[in-house]
Amino acid sequence: MSADKISSNETRHIAHLARLALSEAEIEDFTGQLAAILEHAKDIESLNLDDVAPTRHALPIKNVMRSDEVRKSVNREEVLRMAPETQANMFLVPKIIGED
Amino acid sequence: MEIIELGAVEIAKAVKSGELSALEVVSAHLSEINEHDGDVGAFLLVMADRAIERAKEIDKRRSGGEELGALAGVPVALKDNIVLQGVETTCASKILSGWEPPYTATVIEKLISQGAIPIGKTNLDEFAMGSSTENSAYFPTRNPVKLDRVPGGSSGGSAASVASRFAPIAIGSDTGGSIRQPASLCGVVGVKPTYGLVSRYGLIAFASSLDQIGPFAKSVDDASLVLSVIAGHDGMDSTSSRTATYEHAPNESDISSLRIGVIQEMMSDVSNDVLGVFNQSLDALRSCGAKVETVSIPAVRYGLSSYYLIAPAEASSNLARFDGVRYGLRVTGADMNETYGLSREAGFGPEVKRRIMLGTYALSAGYYDALYGKAQKVRTLIVSEFARAYSDFDVLVSPTSPTVAFGFGDKSDPLSMYMSDVCTIPSNLAGHPAMSVPFGGGADGLPVGVQILAPALSERVMFQVARALEGASTYMAKPQWAH
Repeated sequence: MSADKISSNETRHIAHLARLALSEAEIEDFTGQLAAILEHAKDIESLNLDDVAPTRHALPIKNVMRSDEVRKSVNREEVLRMAPETQANMFLVPKIIGED
Repeated sequence: MEIIELGAVEIAKAVKSGELSALEVVSAHLSEINEHDGDVGAFLLVMADRAIERAKEIDKRRSGGEELGALAGVPVALKDNIVLQGVETTCASKILSGWEPPYTATVIEKLISQGAIPIGKTNLDEFAMGSSTENSAYFPTRNPVKLDRVPGGSSGGSAASVASRFAPIAIGSDTGGSIRQPASLCGVVGVKPTYGLVSRYGLIAFASSLDQIGPFAKSVDDASLVLSVIAGHDGMDSTSSRTATYEHAPNESDISSLRIGVIQEMMSDVSNDVLGVFNQSLDALRSCGAKVETVSIPAVRYGLSSYYLIAPAEASSNLARFDGVRYGLRVTGADMNETYGLSREAGFGPEVKRRIMLGTYALSAGYYDALYGKAQKVRTLIVSEFARAYSDFDVLVSPTSPTVAFGFGDKSDPLSMYMSDVCTIPSNLAGHPAMSVPFGGGADGLPVGVQILAPALSERVMFQVARALEGASTYMAKPQWAH
């Protein structure tokens, strides 16, 4: 782990992965702040936890199923009413494949 | 006694008996909001018309001889990350400005079914990320006890609404202390229940393995009553426990046979004024006959580091849904990817971006095992050390917050703000219940809360200790304008 060596290029890459169009000023700020937070997190690095299993969740629950039956759901018109753009009962987004 | 000083139990009793009408109760609280919320800023939205409508309905049902429920006519303030159909919900974020949810959270359905009256949506740190409510994209909330201080966070608006007498009870969410810390700073009772005890259907997710909904109240019994109303299995929440229940057991306060552990590691970063009040609370517990001893839980020292990897990691995934497609703000770019990036850049505030960045980093290739994986192992360590402590003790106690309410801008460095949660985080990591009870006044007379921690589903004994502390304390936080 090289948490202390986080560079502005690395921050730029993370911003791209997170789909955040950060400004240059934000890239600079976050590079410093992330480094400081990760530096603090280094205290867990020194722990030897090879034999410890991870806890992902506080409850012993997995794969909760329900019976496959038709149930009342949210109202389509109300859902679409809140969308930025819709067409023919669907969410409308900018073109994602091909050219005109 | 003035209506606004009454608790939930008293209001419900008076409304059921006809001593008070629900309309009188709602009107008294609305006029208090009108008079003072301009100074406090507890609410993002006051639901005056709806509340009055609902109050009249309850009064009509009463005159018709109908059953009114455990919270008959009790106004309730709701943190604005919990949805109520058709009522704007923003999580105090610009990205959800104007969004009206198409469904209602299970907790709100349950409260309404027992006669409670939603009175408004309360301010919070954007998406519940923060410890001061300064991260709201709209305005900061002020601490009603001293208006130049923060109310804590992230449920700062909910805590402030109860402390201001705007509502006798409020609902919040707690991911790393977001109910307990503001409860401590505002001088009210705040409860984070066992993970899975209360349905999260309709809570806009921050960190799904940690988030839990819980009540704020002016008294321990009120908080216990509200928890009994909102607890229980819900098929709409896959993390809701099938077996967990909570039954309100009013007046149970005998702690003479209890063993209470004081967590040594949670005393080290605490200011002297808070320590002073905390030590008085230990004396009070001893006077009630409890055996009080120090216990060491070394792993809680690593709670903060573990939390600030796990919570942002989960947040970075949960907040991916805010992409300008189905709801919320859209800033259109040349293509879909640019649209995502621009919408999120414009819609999220600095702390939310910071946590998304941190979480994305912790989950990215090459760091996953060293950061996120290791943090999850620390979580196991904390769980097993708590288990060991609970073989010797019934409950554990600590200060809730290392300091009393601080000033605006005092913790502009993100890490120093994160430190506010050092005593509250371990309970979220373990999934255990914990609550804050006001006990005394620290620096400038500001409220100091005592945190009671208990094993999973041991809310009942936790509330017993809380009642004993409440009974031993003469401290009562008052709004600044009431002096």
